[in-house]
Amino acid sequence: MSALLEVRGVRKSYGDRVVLDDVSLDVAAHDVICLIGSSGSGKSTLLRCIDLLEDIDDGVIRFDGSEISDPRVDPREVRRQIGMVFQAYNLFPHLSVLDNCTLSPRRVHGLSKREAEDRARDLLATFGLSDHVDKHPDRLSGGQQQRVALVRALCTRPALLLLDEITAALDPELIGEVLTIVRQLAERGTTMVLATHEMSFAREVATSVCFLSEGRILEQGPPAEIFSNPREERTRQFLRRVLPS
Amino acid sequence: MSTVWAPSEREQERRRIRRRQRARSVLIATLVTVGVFVGLGVAVTGSPGWPSVQELFFNGFHARESFDAVLEGFWINVKLFLICQPVILVLALGVALARTARSAWLVPVRLLAALYTDVFRGIPTILLVILLAFGVPALRLEGLPTDRLFWAGVALVLSYGAYVAEVFRSGIDSIHPSQIASAEALALSRAQTMRHVVVPQAVRRVVPPLLNDFVSLQKDTALVAAAGVFDAVFAARDYGNFNFNYTPLVVVAGFFVVMTVPLARLTDWLQRRYAERERAGAR
Repeated sequence: MSALLEVRGVRKSYGDRVVLDDVSLDVAAHDVICLIGSSGSGKSTLLRCIDLLEDIDDGVIRFDGSEISDPRVDPREVRRQIGMVFQAYNLFPHLSVLDNCTLSPRRVHGLSKREAEDRARDLLATFGLSDHVDKHPDRLSGGQQQRVALVRALCTRPALLLLDEITAALDPELIGEVLTIVRQLAERGTTMVLATHEMSFAREVATSVCFLSEGRILEQGPPAEIFSNPREERTRQFLRRVLPS
Repeated sequence: MSTVWAPSEREQERRRIRRRQRARSVLIATLVTVGVFVGLGVAVTGSPGWPSVQELFFNGFHARESFDAVLEGFWINVKLFLICQPVILVLALGVALARTARSAWLVPVRLLAALYTDVFRGIPTILLVILLAFGVPALRLEGLPTDRLFWAGVALVLSYGAYVAEVFRSGIDSIHPSQIASAEALALSRAQTMRHVVVPQAVRRVVPPLLNDFVSLQKDTALVAAAGVFDAVFAARDYGNFNFNYTPLVVVAGFFVVMTVPLARLTDWLQRRYAERERAGAR
């Protein structure tokens, strides 16, 4: 089976600073790939490059068999099929929760107002947000906002979901409610690539874990292997720092 | 990959494609721009009344003849603008601060400030110029200047002060309450909070609309002509009435454009710079 997403030798630099260096990654349907590594290791940049929010400086990215890193590809066509959730939620403060969730389905995917709202209400209910449908985002807690942001991404039924450290801005007691959703998605077979600092969560849901260091994927493997028996010295150092002994 | 990186075949081809795409958009931009301007030119010069309009408004001889008088008058507009602008800034910031004051003692000041903005924003500037320039000297009060130019300037200051005060106030209101909270948490007084935290951020935020108002003020210095002050517009009208040719008005328009364009470009530049600095990397 060919991979849903294929990243080959991707390089990205800002001026002289090389942020991604020869990064390759395969994501098959129903995979859950966790990117771990210290801040500045290139996790977020990789996700942004996949969503074509940044132009890459070399390498190839293929999605569903066709190259999307070609300048002639319309990024919007690609993003119709990829969902992204950001660390700072990035909900639109002037729209209600429901309008946040129906914006793209109605304007981009051509759903009728009714269809889009039904779909959004369904998903919001699934994730325990029924009471907040008509509120504006600023009225919600951080955890609720991030759950809305996840629902907003899911409302377009993406084939691939990119999650960029979605719990990094949350209080510890709110992290759980967001991770529960991601866990449910993983169980349902949603294909995801997520950058995360939640090691125990990565160990639990990931089909594969990538350790990034200085813009390179230093090591990749099933979570059991990476967390219990890392091959690289730098992975070991990193895990010693972040894992409670 | 410890060796020096060299772009791959694929990347080089991508760069060629990007270059082609850029060249294409430059070509389109050029063609569209030239097309639009040529079209506009043809439409204007091809109109049936163009020859007489050209004679009346775009006459080279009259442009040269009136140039010196217009230039001399324009100097008054420039002086008026340069003097009014700083006064307006100070007055407007004072009014805005008065309107945002929360102290119980300052309630009358706050009401006065609100009354001032309501009244002076409501009166058309040209009426204010005429009322003040002719009305105040007619009071024949001892010690007050009777110069019409002076009172026309006061009218501009009062009118624009009200507008600019509102611009400042919107800037002050736009600063997030958390900023005030953190300043108060550092035990700063209300006045210190405004002086060191709120106003500096607010001013930065409203610089583009402020400059916009000043471009507008530059042009509105022409309103003093209504009070019979011999500025550029008055000089042009004077020449026109005498020689039955309105080319000097176009000359004045040219002067104003030359004066306002630099300020407009400065506005664009400042706006871009703030956007780049404060939103660096925040996409």
